[in-house]
Amino acid sequence: MSSHAWEARTTAFDLAAFPWKSFRVSSPAILEVQRLARTYQTAGEPLTVLHEISFTLAAGAACAIVGPSGSGKTTLLGLCAGLDTPSTGTVRVSGIDLGQLDEDGRAQVRNEQVGFVFQNFQLLPTLTALENVMVPMELRGTRNVAPEAKELLKLVGLGERLHHYPVQLSGGEQQRVALARAFINRPKLLFADEPTGNLDTETGHQIIEALFQLNRERGTTLVLVTHDQELAARAGRVIRLKGGAMISDSGQP
Amino acid sequence: MIALPRHLFARWTWLMAWRDSRASRRKLLLFSSSIVLGIAALVAIGSFGTSLEQAINDQSKALLGADLVIDTRVKPEGERAQFLKSVPGESSTEINFASMIYFPRTEGTRLVQIRAIEGGFPFYGELESLPKAASQDFKQAGGALVDEALLLQFGVEVGDDIRIGKLVTKVAGKLLKVPGESMAFATIAPRVYIRASDLANTELMKDASLARYRTFFRLPENTDAELLVTDLRPQIDKFQFGVDTVAERQRDLGRAMDNLYNFLNLVGFVALLLGGVGVASAIHVHVKGKLASVAVLRCLGCSSAQTFAIYLAQGMALGLVGALFGSALGIIVQLILPHVVGDFIPIDVEFHLAWLSILSAAGTGFGACVLFALIPLLGVRRVSPLAAIRSSFESKRGFDPLLLLVFGLIGAFIVAFALAHTRRWHEGIGFSVGWAMAFGALWTVAQTISFLARRLTPSWLPFVWRQGLSNLHRPNNRTTLLLLSVGLGTFLILTLHLVQNSLLQGIVSAKTEGQANAILFDIQADQRDGVAAVLKEQGLPLLDEAPIVTMRIESIKGKSVEELETNRVERAAPAQPGGPRERRGGPPRWVLRREFRTTFGDKLRDSEKLVAGELVPAVTPDMDVIPISVEDGLAKQMKVGLGDEIVWDVQGVPVKTKVASLRSVDWRRVQPNFFVVFPTGILEEAPSFYIMVTRVADAAQSAALQREVVKQFPNVSAIDLTLIVGTLDAIVSKIAFVVRFMALFTVLTGLLVLAGAILTGRFQRMQESVLLRTLGASRRQIQQILLAEYLALGGLAALTGIGLSVGATWALAKFIFKTDFNPEPLTLVVAFVIVCLLTTITGMLASRGVGNHPPLEVLRREV
Repeated sequence: MSSHAWEARTTAFDLAAFPWKSFRVSSPAILEVQRLARTYQTAGEPLTVLHEISFTLAAGAACAIVGPSGSGKTTLLGLCAGLDTPSTGTVRVSGIDLGQLDEDGRAQVRNEQVGFVFQNFQLLPTLTALENVMVPMELRGTRNVAPEAKELLKLVGLGERLHHYPVQLSGGEQQRVALARAFINRPKLLFADEPTGNLDTETGHQIIEALFQLNRERGTTLVLVTHDQELAARAGRVIRLKGGAMISDSGQP
Repeated sequence: MIALPRHLFARWTWLMAWRDSRASRRKLLLFSSSIVLGIAALVAIGSFGTSLEQAINDQSKALLGADLVIDTRVKPEGERAQFLKSVPGESSTEINFASMIYFPRTEGTRLVQIRAIEGGFPFYGELESLPKAASQDFKQAGGALVDEALLLQFGVEVGDDIRIGKLVTKVAGKLLKVPGESMAFATIAPRVYIRASDLANTELMKDASLARYRTFFRLPENTDAELLVTDLRPQIDKFQFGVDTVAERQRDLGRAMDNLYNFLNLVGFVALLLGGVGVASAIHVHVKGKLASVAVLRCLGCSSAQTFAIYLAQGMALGLVGALFGSALGIIVQLILPHVVGDFIPIDVEFHLAWLSILSAAGTGFGACVLFALIPLLGVRRVSPLAAIRSSFESKRGFDPLLLLVFGLIGAFIVAFALAHTRRWHEGIGFSVGWAMAFGALWTVAQTISFLARRLTPSWLPFVWRQGLSNLHRPNNRTTLLLLSVGLGTFLILTLHLVQNSLLQGIVSAKTEGQANAILFDIQADQRDGVAAVLKEQGLPLLDEAPIVTMRIESIKGKSVEELETNRVERAAPAQPGGPRERRGGPPRWVLRREFRTTFGDKLRDSEKLVAGELVPAVTPDMDVIPISVEDGLAKQMKVGLGDEIVWDVQGVPVKTKVASLRSVDWRRVQPNFFVVFPTGILEEAPSFYIMVTRVADAAQSAALQREVVKQFPNVSAIDLTLIVGTLDAIVSKIAFVVRFMALFTVLTGLLVLAGAILTGRFQRMQESVLLRTLGASRRQIQQILLAEYLALGGLAALTGIGLSVGATWALAKFIFKTDFNPEPLTLVVAFVIVCLLTTITGMLASRGVGNHPPLEVLRREV
């Protein structure tokens, strides 16, 4: 831990110092995707944007989904996170088949198992940094989450900016708030959609380091959607999409 | 959605609603202002209505000034007088009739109602006068109590002389208030009280004057007036007496006040509905700005019911704030209301807060706010979490079945309110349908305008105009909302104004050349030549003259009036447990009981047209049944046709007649018009008086004529067109003032909705103006674009409102008031200009500073 380069740059990112509670993975496969397809009804004929995708991610793995624009990356991410329903195929998160759940059931799974980091941060503009971080826990009905959220914000280096609103923060700071928000409910699965897309290289680098450290140390499974070859290379596994189909999966022999 | 109630009461929901509202609290507060006035109106009216009801109960005896009143048109002599004496308790009598009075000092003459009283009336309440003692003193010392308005009109002071018939006396005091009579009454017939002992000196009673004799009774304690009346009923009917008790008056007044109260409530409700439309539109914009946040919340695991609850909580809070402010304002308005409707209310209403009414009005407002807010809020449920990762993702579209439910609830809400305040099915539904039609018409026009603005904006217009007009159809335009609010306000106010004008116009039109505009009546047969001479002296033409014989109906088609009346009551009774009510069974009571002032003659007047049958000019000796002519409207009411038999009681003598012809009569003409016309050769010997019609050039000539006639023939009354028009104008103005006061709430709401709508679109405007300025537009050009837009909107809204209003007034004039309707172009132009200016000024004020923001600030905020 002490040998990490980014920690030398900023001690504020000391995620290990956070008192994580025991983190158990109930199933070795945290995300199972089976013959997943998505077809949209357009004016003319049905448009298939995702063809028969199957893969399995073990707990603690890090996987990058790469591909050119329009290759179906975001669609796949949306389906895996239960934001959308597939036309055919199944998605299981921690062994739970999302297809069997209604929208509210999927929302509950998201709240309990899943964290998000978005390209454009997606902080709630009317909430302070602290309140943004607290939301996922508050949604669960947990009381007194402020100390934990403050601690987490301190860890991402924003201990002094708890009560700032998103517009008062820089892009990098906003993404760090988003990171803290993504981790507060101790997700088993973290989806990051182009997390560095709106950041400069230096800031982006810090965010990447933080993501991978969590992935390594806390066993949080990481699913990254990215154009960034460097970022993809750091993930242990790379799934390449083109035209809605999987053209390679480094995790499969 | 089943989980909604649970979420709605969760602390976190309200916490999030509060946090989420941070940037928009001021805006939300502004949204709530659009329902404030509607709620204020309902609260004020509701609380006032309850106070009024209480006042009616508290002051019930003062409503009549007595426990029991018996009145008759026949002088109570002989057994009639005996009967009145037999009624227990203290009594007081009043003889009243119409007559001219003359103020020698200012030379004013006016037709008034003379009331000669004797005894202790009023037993309850008091005749209020200035000086205060005058109302008691004149009964001993003599003199006249004269309505204040009349004294003001003629510049007469207390102590001046007044001449009534042959009697010359002093004005003893200003009459301020008579128990149970409203101020509006004084407008129709100004009252002059004298003591009964002075009546003989007027010498007005000796001729066939149409007097009414009223006897007021204070019954011994513990006597139930209603029971007493039941006991006395046979004699009362026999003598054809009219009876009034406190309970009856209370019921009548309660009904009248109910009508007033319900009418005001409906007008206030319109303001609330308009405010509701404003709320719906404002929330729509608000929610649109929140869609990204909703998607993120959904990503973080918020259920759709939870997110919906958050924004519903905001909507409810908004409604609550509106209800609170509205109630507070309503309480203030309640202080003003008595001054507004005071002329129509015959009792003093004390200010008092009826909390239950206030609560129910505030609840109505809150309900309306939430219901209207639901329309845009439903969309929150359909926001997909996917929108958080795909900005271009469109959430579920297509028709939302719950929307149908919400619209159904709103419809039910409106119908329920209307029914609760009209108590009649057809009126309640009519009100709802009427408003749906007005809303629908305005909505259709708005859609058409948007469509036309897109298709037909001429390309040769200057850029700023094209840009301004294109704002009428671009996404998020406010065209529909602004047309609804401004158009509805214009429609309401202008319709009131036009109706008032067209009613008056119908009478004023008689001013045209050569037509009669002054009437002299109560002329005795031996005064005919004298009055005609006065006219000649003054150089006035005698345009028409007619003898009048008073009579009543004795029987129709062989059935006596009593029989016909009992039939009515019997037929009505089972259906109306509340008491006998007129039904479409036989002739109405007013026909059966009225005194007909009938004439005889051998030809039609120029205001009459023969509709059926033949006018028989004279009676021949072989006729035993007299052929008469009946006005067609009356014939319908009497349910008689050609050949039907009617027996008249001509001052004690039964005269058998049959309907030989039907005439239509233009009642608006100022000239003698009659329901019934007899042929010559039968009524000549009956006691009669004459009526003469002339034309005066102006008010001065009219005054001179009246003065001269009153001097020489005190019993002759004169009435001229200016008096009729003036009286009508005064009454209509009073009613119009009340309605306008209420309509003001709608108009102000419209302006608030307008301002709110513009403010919600402000950010979009700023972005646009920044972009235009970056491209080189000057601040002036940006203002011109805004000006073009608001001018166009104001103009179109005004046109729509005016169009609707002209249509509605035409329909009212044609079908309800049956008068001609010729709107004055100037009125319409003035209305157009005012509405345009108001809209543009409000628009420009609300957009103030749009062009002044530094581009950077706006661009940054977009991130």
